[in-house]
Amino acid sequence: MNSVKFLYAAYIATWLIHGLYLGSLVRRYRRLRERMKDLGK
Amino acid sequence: MKKAFPILAVLTGILLAYAFYQAMWVAPTDALQGDVYRIIYYHVPSAWTAFLLFFINFIASVQYLASATRSSQRAAKWIVIVIGIIGAVAPFIPQVGQQLPAGLYPSSVATTVLAIPAFYFLIGKYFPEQNLDVLAVTTAEVGVVFCTIVLITGPIWARPVWGIWWAPGDIRLTSTLVLWLIYVSYLVLRRFSDSAQTQKLAAVLAVFGALDVPLVYFSIWFFRTQHPQPVIGGGGSMDPRMLNVLLINWMAFLCFAFLICWSRFALEKMRREVEEAEALESLAEGGELAAQPSSAKIPLSRGTR
Repeated sequence: MNSVKFLYAAYIATWLIHGLYLGSLVRRYRRLRERMKDLGK
Repeated sequence: MKKAFPILAVLTGILLAYAFYQAMWVAPTDALQGDVYRIIYYHVPSAWTAFLLFFINFIASVQYLASATRSSQRAAKWIVIVIGIIGAVAPFIPQVGQQLPAGLYPSSVATTVLAIPAFYFLIGKYFPEQNLDVLAVTTAEVGVVFCTIVLITGPIWARPVWGIWWAPGDIRLTSTLVLWLIYVSYLVLRRFSDSAQTQKLAAVLAVFGALDVPLVYFSIWFFRTQHPQPVIGGGGSMDPRMLNVLLINWMAFLCFAFLICWSRFALEKMRREVEEAEALESLAEGGELAAQPSSAKIPLSRGTR
């Protein structure tokens, strides 16, 4: 069965979703840091 | 604790790499499906991790609701103890044991039910009242991420094996989709509701949402479904080498989920602190403005969110 491309697709999709979520966490963290800086001023 | 995070992150990275190596090159190829079956090493651990996170979300939500009054706290504690005792004893009563589907052992049912009081008291011990809601939102969000992976890798696996992306009406697939939708609605409620009751409403929704988890898990035992039988118990006959690799991958994803939850928990606490500080600042600015003559007043530009 020539279906290895589906295996790669599933693995890539998994890490893509984790990567996107981690990216969103970093973005939210940076935004909070900026708000904290604004508060400190 | 902060020093432990980078060490744990490195160890988790190594474990994930090792689990990937095992999944791709060490686990034997399936005689029927070929190499595509290796999707199981990401699909199943992601599902188990999502279930565990939703279970923790359920316990934290119950704890949060119970913490409203002392009497409700005491009542919840006793209900959980009774559930634990009944769950540990009932599966071994012959009349009850006969009702269990083939392959579902009384010991595994008892262990699963005993997890309810175990997690209830552990979470109650290590998470003070104000952190219960933070834990609930953290586990729901990370659980949705893992559940999304299940819903995406499942159809990718189904296409070459079943010939279709999705089996409409299949109870395992539909109940998993419903589970995902419930927790997405939970997160949407938390994101867009400004009501003071949001946390309580979200906790109630989480309690009802968690009822779908056993339905998803046991659907393949009780209903005819396109989805394969469970790989552990339930008549599953997985090669021990494959099972070993599956458990290694689950361990790796559990460690990864723990790290993400740690980060998300810290982020949520930080967000609440910033919002509190901003609200206090707005109040202070309001107080200053009130002290000024009315002609000198300017509108507040910054909200509390």
